[in-house]
Amino acid sequence: MTSTNVLDYPLDSGQFFASVSERKDGHRIRVCQQCGVCSGICPFRNAMDFPPQRMIAALRADLLDEVLGVDTVWMCVSCHACAAVCPAEIPIAGGLMTRVKEELVLAGEVPTELQEALESSQRYGNPLGQSPRKRADWIKGLEDDVTLLPKERRPVDVLWYVGDYGSYHARVTQTSRALVGVLKALDVDIGILGPNEISDGDSQRLAGERGLFETLAEQNGRAFAKHEFGEILTADPHAFNAIRNEYPALGIDYPVRHHTQYLADRLDDLRGLFVDPIDARVAYHDPCFLGRVNGIYEEPREVLRSIPGVELIEMAHNRENTLCCGGGGGGMWLDGFQWEKSHMRLSDLRVKEAVDAGAEVLAVACPYELPRFEDSTKTVEGAEGLLVRDLAELVAESMGAVP
Amino acid sequence: MSRDIYVVVEHREGLVEDISFVGLAAARAMAEGIGGEVVAVVLGDGRLIEGLAADRAIVVEDPALSEYNPEAYVAALEAILADELPRALLAGDTSVGAEVAGLLSARLDLPLVNRCVGVRAEGETLGFTAQICGGKILVDGLLPEPTVLVTVVPGGFAVEEGKSETAPSAQTGPRPTLDELRVRVRGHIEPDVGDVDISRESVLIGVGRGIQQEDTVELADELAGALGGAVCASRPVVDQGWLPTSRLVGKSGRRVKPSVYLALGISGAPEHVEGMADSGLIVAVNTDPTAPIYDVAQYGIEMDINDLLPTLLERVQEAKG
Amino acid sequence: MKIAVVMKLVPDLVEELEIDEEKARLDTTWLRLVANEPDEHALEQALLLKEQLDAEVIVLGMDGDGMDDLLVTAAAKGADRIIKLTGADGDTLNNHAVARLLEPAIRELGADLVMTGVQAHDDLDGAVGPLLAGLLGWPCVSYVSGVVLEGAGCDVRKEFPGGLVVEMEVDLPAVLGIQSAPQPPRYVAVSRVRQVMKTTEVEEHPVGAVDDRGAAEVQALRRPSVGERASMLEGDEREAADQLVAILQKAGVL
Repeated sequence: MTSTNVLDYPLDSGQFFASVSERKDGHRIRVCQQCGVCSGICPFRNAMDFPPQRMIAALRADLLDEVLGVDTVWMCVSCHACAAVCPAEIPIAGGLMTRVKEELVLAGEVPTELQEALESSQRYGNPLGQSPRKRADWIKGLEDDVTLLPKERRPVDVLWYVGDYGSYHARVTQTSRALVGVLKALDVDIGILGPNEISDGDSQRLAGERGLFETLAEQNGRAFAKHEFGEILTADPHAFNAIRNEYPALGIDYPVRHHTQYLADRLDDLRGLFVDPIDARVAYHDPCFLGRVNGIYEEPREVLRSIPGVELIEMAHNRENTLCCGGGGGGMWLDGFQWEKSHMRLSDLRVKEAVDAGAEVLAVACPYELPRFEDSTKTVEGAEGLLVRDLAELVAESMGAVP
Repeated sequence: MSRDIYVVVEHREGLVEDISFVGLAAARAMAEGIGGEVVAVVLGDGRLIEGLAADRAIVVEDPALSEYNPEAYVAALEAILADELPRALLAGDTSVGAEVAGLLSARLDLPLVNRCVGVRAEGETLGFTAQICGGKILVDGLLPEPTVLVTVVPGGFAVEEGKSETAPSAQTGPRPTLDELRVRVRGHIEPDVGDVDISRESVLIGVGRGIQQEDTVELADELAGALGGAVCASRPVVDQGWLPTSRLVGKSGRRVKPSVYLALGISGAPEHVEGMADSGLIVAVNTDPTAPIYDVAQYGIEMDINDLLPTLLERVQEAKG
Repeated sequence: MKIAVVMKLVPDLVEELEIDEEKARLDTTWLRLVANEPDEHALEQALLLKEQLDAEVIVLGMDGDGMDDLLVTAAAKGADRIIKLTGADGDTLNNHAVARLLEPAIRELGADLVMTGVQAHDDLDGAVGPLLAGLLGWPCVSYVSGVVLEGAGCDVRKEFPGGLVVEMEVDLPAVLGIQSAPQPPRYVAVSRVRQVMKTTEVEEHPVGAVDDRGAAEVQALRRPSVGERASMLEGDEREAADQLVAILQKAGVL
């Protein structure tokens, strides 16, 4: 947290610049040469009044009020494409854009859709507005395979952080269940926190609600501390990013692996368990927060290649050039806003690319992507037959381990 | 104290509101049980007693009562109740009845029972069933004696039971002084001519992918018009550009709570259901019998909406007469 | 100009509501309380008026579970004073009792205008607004969706079913039941609430004896019986349409 007194709003441009500099690598903003590649690669550049390069120019010209006077910074989906191409290595997405969102949040200038998600996160500990009591309802029928830690206190090898969508979203809980099948076949001793788990808060953080992120993180930290476990596993790259890169600064420090890493590390065991081939051309979509932000590109591909029958193909944009599904940085809760401003859905572009590449299956590794891409297959021409599957679902299917 | 049941008749623009017929039907059930009369209380326009299923009517006419004014209504009702206290005075749980009943309860120190969906007579005693927590909980209890104020909600009694071919006999009620009112009606504001605010509609016709063609939106709009509501949509319909984003219901659209939601060709994806699950009555029409929309709907029709809609529109228009 | 906003907490309907063993009240084990939504609109309307003219916004609530948080959040949004009425168990009082406790407090504050949510879903004995107005002897308009303050009075927009809106002029002091503010209740950042929590004090106002006459005797609470899935209407399109028309008639929309 910055030392800024939140009640001192509004800041001037100088103070604002200083507050960006307090963020990790934030001081680099001073060396921006206005080359503009950041704005060029931004998927929503045309719908923004201040794409990154213009925003930095405006702040240098002491125009903070104008930057804060428009709402199009909410088009930023924290895909980190800008930061990835910046020759000066300025933390544009996580530093600058997020700081602007934070100022708007402090001023109460939040689009209604996003406000609902933030309020639900405050009230229920998840952006979906679901009852915290029901967070473990998705394990119905699998109670013998997953230890519900608040019920049965015992040390486990792996604490599985399931996440908001993996716990509640009708489609994404299927991924969670498939992963139970896979982990059971691998004989992994897993436990979940159920009602004691709460949103990881990373997308709320990148939507400018830093105070909320800290509250949520602290509550997760207290829940983690109550149990003995070897490491944390998650199928959610946003949770992975939070626990790996953000929680340690709050004193919550645990080893964490994304499920694609975990499965890649257990590849030798996995190979012996595959029974049914999946005869399909499979394109892998790199999630922004697994790939660009955390550099994990090869592990998921190794796992997919190991599934018998799978022909792994690449889409035009892959690895650090991956396209965003539009759900990051609060985008998951701004669909109507994005549509109004741009008349474009980023997930459509990705699904179109999968069709163009001749994919039969679009493999994903992030809970935001499943519903977004599946929704796009219903409207994108030629995508009617395209299946969207989490990597864990494909593994489970080939192992005959779908519960 | 009498055994009579009074009903405040709510009316607008020369028409009696349906909720008052519901009130008259409830009053009848109470009066029959305890041997009293149903008395319609009509303020403003005596002609409206025509067609009310009541044993008699008390009418007060005054220019200040020609349009609903909470202060004038309360003054007139206080004067009527000063003549004689009935066993119960019923009003709708509406923007008229709820505030009138609350004000009277405090001013006359009379108990109040809100949102009754059912009433019953057990000998001399009157029982009630009220809805709280958005209808998720029902409360059974006894109506306090000797006189109680009650607001009623639709559901327990049919509108038709409160109607009659004839008019009850009318008597003129006391006319209070109404010339120094602290609340004054200034005028009507016509509903916005811009696009409708679907979150404020009490009847919504939701259309989804299952409608298949743009023409169906027009039919659905006609049906909405006939039911006094508006058309809204799930994501695919809005993406097609068949309806504006302002009509989108669900995760990325609006959250709505109409009293009636007709889901036409909507499968019930969580993104959509999230936005409309709190609706009062949900009726779904979908060709897929396993569609999740049937989990939240009270009634379902397994049918292609394009087969059903023309007939349904025809029948609704007939029913309206 | 002093505007008093009366707020309360209600059971959160997101949670399954359970009834206690005596069937007399909701089981509080899992009960989650949230600010009554129309009360949040009343606060928003008051804050908008404050921004337009020089008004002081004072928020009042009965002491009870969650009230401190509710009041601090209101202060973080911009309320000038936050007061809880102490000495009575706010969680179990009916609205008649609450209105009787509020009446002297409102007079003492010298409020010109009281705004509260038009209703709450647990108002079994009527909404607080009209009950309070009746006790104060003040004019009252509820189902209000817009307030303009002018001189010694205010203009309000009162909503009727079917979209009809009537403009009314009300002399002050008055009580208004707010249905909705012109804009959705504003968001308040968690860090702002945390800061206000450290710097703002919740004023305590002790109340007198509780008088809860005016409500019905409750025999039992129960849940309505509902089917698991929709009951399907059978037959061809004519038969289905006829059944649907009958359902719509019963629902009162035809």
